[in-house]
Order: sequence, then C-alpha cells, then structure tokens
Amino acid sequence: MLPDAAGHASPHGDRAHHPALAHHFDNLAQQSEAATLGMWVFLVTEVLFFGGLFVTYAVYRRLYPAAFAAGSHELDVTLGSINTIVLITSSLTMALGVHAAQMGERKLLMAFLAVTLILGAAFLGIKSVEYYHKFVEHHVPGPAFQFEKEHIRHAQIFFSLYFIMTGVHALHMVIGLGIMLVMFWLAWRGAITPEYYSPIEVSGLYWHFVDIVWIFLFPLLYLLGRHG
Amino acid sequence: MPPRHYLNNGYGISSWLLTRDHKRIALLYLASITLFFFVGGAFAVLIRLELATPAGDLVSDETYNKLFTLHGVMMVFFFLIPSIPATLGNFLVPIMIGAKDLAFPKLNLASWYIYVLGGVFTLYALVAGGVDTGWTFYTPFSTVSSTTNVIPTALGVFITGFSSILTGLNFIVTTHRMRAPGMTWFRMPLFMWSMYATSLIMVLGTPVIAITILLVAVERLFHFGFFDPRLGGDPVLFQHLFWFYSHPAVYIMVLPSMGVVSELVAAFCRKQVFGYSFVAFASLGIAVLGFLVWGHHMFVAGQSVYAALVFSILSFLVAIPSAIKVFNWTATMYRGSISWQTPMLYAIGFIGLFTIGGLTGLFLAAVGLDVHVTDTYFIIAHFHYIMVGGTLMGYLGGLHYWWPKISGRLYPEFLAKLSAGIIFLGFNLTFFPQFLLGYLGMPRRYHAYPPEFQVLNVLSSAGASILGVGYLLPMLYLMWSLRYGRISGANPWGAVGLEWTIASPPPTENFSETPIVTWDAYDYRKPVAGHVA
Repeated sequence: MLPDAAGHASPHGDRAHHPALAHHFDNLAQQSEAATLGMWVFLVTEVLFFGGLFVTYAVYRRLYPAAFAAGSHELDVTLGSINTIVLITSSLTMALGVHAAQMGERKLLMAFLAVTLILGAAFLGIKSVEYYHKFVEHHVPGPAFQFEKEHIRHAQIFFSLYFIMTGVHALHMVIGLGIMLVMFWLAWRGAITPEYYSPIEVSGLYWHFVDIVWIFLFPLLYLLGRHG
Repeated sequence: MPPRHYLNNGYGISSWLLTRDHKRIALLYLASITLFFFVGGAFAVLIRLELATPAGDLVSDETYNKLFTLHGVMMVFFFLIPSIPATLGNFLVPIMIGAKDLAFPKLNLASWYIYVLGGVFTLYALVAGGVDTGWTFYTPFSTVSSTTNVIPTALGVFITGFSSILTGLNFIVTTHRMRAPGMTWFRMPLFMWSMYATSLIMVLGTPVIAITILLVAVERLFHFGFFDPRLGGDPVLFQHLFWFYSHPAVYIMVLPSMGVVSELVAAFCRKQVFGYSFVAFASLGIAVLGFLVWGHHMFVAGQSVYAALVFSILSFLVAIPSAIKVFNWTATMYRGSISWQTPMLYAIGFIGLFTIGGLTGLFLAAVGLDVHVTDTYFIIAHFHYIMVGGTLMGYLGGLHYWWPKISGRLYPEFLAKLSAGIIFLGFNLTFFPQFLLGYLGMPRRYHAYPPEFQVLNVLSSAGASILGVGYLLPMLYLMWSLRYGRISGANPWGAVGLEWTIASPPPTENFSETPIVTWDAYDYRKPVAGHVA
C-alpha cells in the first residue's frame, strides 16, 4: 500500500500550527506530498497536450520529409543552440535553488531564482528575435508566405508546426516566469523554510518539464537533414 | 437539522463565490450545469418540433444546423461531462474517504470559474448568431467553409476543458493522499473507484482535445495549415485527434453513473455489491480500453482497413468490463432485500437502458453493420441510450439518493417515483423509434425527410415532450423541498458509508475528528448507525 496513511498519524501534532499548513491537511508532510503528486499529474496532462502536437508533427514529417528538411534549413541553428544552452543552464540554477531551499539558505535561494528568471527572460528575448526574422523573411504561414516553389505548400505545414510548437512552449515559459516571480517573493518574505519548501520544489518540477519539451523541440525543428 | 452546517455557515454572495468548501462548490456546479441542461434541452425541443413534419417548415436548414450543433456542444461539454463528477463527485469524494476537503480547494473553486468562463464564450457564440459545425468541429468545414462563430465556441470548449482537467487532478491526488486511516483502496466505495477511473480519462484525454481545438482555432484565425488539404494537410488526422479524446469522453460521462448505480444497488438491496473487486477493476478496465477504440468513429472516414479491423476488435473488448458491471449489479439484486424507492427505480432504469445502449454499441463496433448505419438515426439512438439513458438516469438517481445529505430534507417520494416513471417512458418513446428510423435509412442532421418516416418521427417528438415534463418535475419539487421538504436526519436510507455517519447537511469541516475505518464498503451485516427511519 502507498505510504499515505502514515500522513495521518498525528492529526494535531507539534507542527500543526505551522503558518503554511492548510486546514484540511493533517500535517506538512501530507500537504507537500499532495502538492508534489498534483504537479506530477499536471505534467502528465502536459505530456498529452504537447503529445497532440508531436503526433501531428510526426505524421507530416513522414509524409513530407523533403519540405520539412528545407523548412528546417531556414531556422537559425546558432540562436537555437544558444537558447538550448540558456535553458539547460536555467534548469541547473533551478535545481540549485531547490537545494538551497532545502538547506534553508534564503539569500542563495533568492540568487538562484533571480538567475533562473533572467535566463528564462533571455530565452524569450532570443526567441522573439527569431520570430521577427521569420516575419521579415515571409516565413509566417498564410497568404504572404514565401518559399521556394517546390515546397511552398508543405513548408507552410512545417512553419505552422514550428510556430505553434515553439509558441505554446514560449507561453509555458511566460507562465514559468510568473511562477518564478511569486517564488522569489515567497523567498524574500521568508516563507520558504527547510521544513516547508514544497512551492519551490513543485515550481522546479514545472520548470524542468518546460525545459525538457524544448530539448525535444530543438532537434525536431532545427536539426532536420543536417546530418550526413 | 444540526444548528451549524455548511449551508448556514455564511450567507452573503461572497460566502458562495469565494468559498473553498467542496460542498458549496458542488452546488455552484449544480446550478450552472442545470442552466446549461435546460438551454441544451431547449434546442432539443426545437429539433423535435421541426422533425414532427417531413417538410423543413419550422426553421431553415442553416438554423437547423445551428440547433443540433448547440444542442450537442451544450449537452456534451457543459452538462454531461461535468454532471456527476463536478456535482456529486465534488460533494462526496472527500466525505466518502473521510477527508475534510479535496486536496486543492482553491484549485477546485478555480475550476468552477474556468467552467463559467468557457460557458460565457459558448453563450456568446450562441447570441452572436450560433455555430453550425456540429459538436465535432470537423475540418475543413470548421476551418475554411463555415461562416459562423466557430472561434468563440472552440475557445469555450478549450477553456472548459481545463476545468475538467483540474477536477480530475484534484480527485486523483485526493484519492491517493487524503484517505482516512484504515480507508484502504479496497475499502473505498465503488463510486470512488469510478471517480478515480473517470479522473484518469479527464487528465489523459482532455489535453488532447484542448490542443486539437486550439489548432482548429489557430488555423481558422491566422490561416495556418494543420489540416488544410490545399496545403497537403490531412482532415482525417483531425478526426483521429478529436476522437482520441471524444470517445473516452463517453466514459467520462458513463463511468460516474456506473459508480452511482453501484451505490444505489447496494443501499437498496441491503447487500454488499457482488464481486466488489471485479466492479472496481472493470472501471479501470473501461478507462484503459476506452483509449484504444476511437477509430470506430472513422470506419467510413478513409482510415486503413487493417486499422478498422483492429479498432473493431478492441471495441468489442469494451463489452467485457461493461457486462461485468451489469451482471454484478444483477447478482447483487438477486436475493437482496430490495426497496423500491426513487433512486432504485433510476438504478434499474439505468441497467436496462445501458444494456440496450451497450448492445447496440456492439452492432456499431462491427465494421459491416456500422458502414450501413453510419450517420443515421441509429447512431443518434445508440448514444442517447448511453448518455441520456445511462448518464442522466444515474445522475438523477444519485441526486435523489444524496439529496437528503445535500439539503438535509427529503423530496416528495410519490412525485419523484411518478417522474422517474415518466422519464423512463418518455425516454424510450423518444429514442427507440430512432433505432428503427436509422435502420430504415434516415440520415442524421437533416431538417427535412421523406414522408414515410413521419409516423416514427411523430412518436419520437411525442416522447420528447413527455421526457421534457419528466425533467421539469424533479427540478420543481427538489427546489420546493429545499424549503418545505421533511427533515431527513443523518441517514434516511439506513445506508452504510461515511457520508451517512455525519449530519445532514454536513458541517463545513465534514468530520469533527478524522474517522478511523475498520470495515469494508457496503457492510450491511451489522446494524446501521444513525438510522431513524
């Protein structure tokens, strides 16, 4: 059986009056476990959400490999690679932030959260530069789309997928930045303690997930047809 | 009535609109889904009025397209899917496992607001002139051809999906982490198992329809190409993605109802449910198999013959867990001490109608027969037997059974039995003729039809008006009972289960101290505590 029943052992134990304890939980351990499980379930939902996009991508890449390779060649690998490094680094600082929260190092936690925030914002900045280039080059699908004659129809499908996949990912980044701001505020207020750092841990899970999505997006969109 | 309970714990508007009490949120949902039920029902009335005569004389064909679209959208996304989980589930899930609330009360309230926001978008689409794509939003009609309000409707469905996801998430975490000491998985009432299975589908399926509908909206709005054949896009891919959610969604609708029926059958037969663990695992089995059968909606849509064969076989498999449930309920009733109160009438109605709906589902899983009746009234009759005969019967049965717990008062038994009878009769008169119509070849989604179909259509329309009366009655007498009903006491049915051990209506915190569970579900061998009737 799952270890959850243990959470009920002391309904009004010593830590029952911790300010973060919600009224319907017996203790902080139960509350943290619930929050973590909740985030994992949410991430499963997210996998299915992005899954719909990945399936669509797979179907069309199988149908139109040449157009996808041609479309991929128009993407800026340098900026994409820089963004990959930026995002992986932000995942590292996030993980270090969770560790700092566990250790009760409030200043260190705030520093790591701030760096994570800045890296996330940098990612979005670089992404908007890329979007701007695509706009100038008429690579946004629709009536104004321009591309070599051979692939002009199928390349629109590639760029439609490029924009929706990176766009939905960017939206998750924006939400992530909002969460990081709230976490920074919580840390600044001193609400994060070694006893109760669940918000940081759960936010970290989300941040890493968004990072992992990019790890799949980058090769699928930027690196097609560049091998061999 | 107890002096302090969740209903009199604060009176102002904000005590409701800002509440985090799962019981009050359940009532917020109850009010809003009832509204959508009657809006969706009004469209059904217009449809049946139009079909009373063969000529398309009451509304134009464009208007008719909008009527059945809005009927479908309102009923599927804003009534059937949230119906039992968001009302009875919200009210009962924490209580049945001995918890004070759901794991995330704020998220629970947020999910109601998200539902309302989605509803506002859809109602906007309605007043702005309606939408005519059918509730299925098939491309390229929805992305290119339709000139109606596809985007607000799509956004409404997209938004309300997140309310469903968050409810499912809340139930899953609550079931894992909030059970009282001694409440092991196999001591949980079967309603909890069906809620858990439903939540799995909500969490796994809903995000796929969300992204699919988003793609439709983006394609329509910005002329992107995801499903556009002019760019080499594949409309059949849309259908795959759509049914990947929308077939399991049928189980989001019917699994909760099955959970209710298990509770009703046990309580009104005074017996443990026969084969408890089989019924519990059948819920999970339906949830899992439900994800593997979506292709049976696409036998004529141009998927490969081999895919059709596999989907056909897998669809037959769903009959196994469904039949396990039906047989086990029947076996529970065998030599049970059955009392024929209103909820039990609904439970029996469910078993009968669900069996007809399920068996005709097997017809439709057979590729050859399905090709013959695709897009005919046979399909309409089949899924109304599942969704209305199944889900709605279970919902009403559950609402009557737990009404004394929710309101602290009894509904008028005679009127309730009468309307259960009216609903059963009206339902069969409405939908049974549609099986015949479909088999004879009457297509769905047309506002005019050849004169030889008129007799059966008039029967169906007559049944619908009886059904309408049957639905209005409970709404009226349940509201009446809120003020004038007899005080019910904690356990009017003499049922077991944690919800019957606390006062009616329950106090805000449900349990003054966390209960310690030492017994199995439906243990009717011991004398029942708190039973005064």
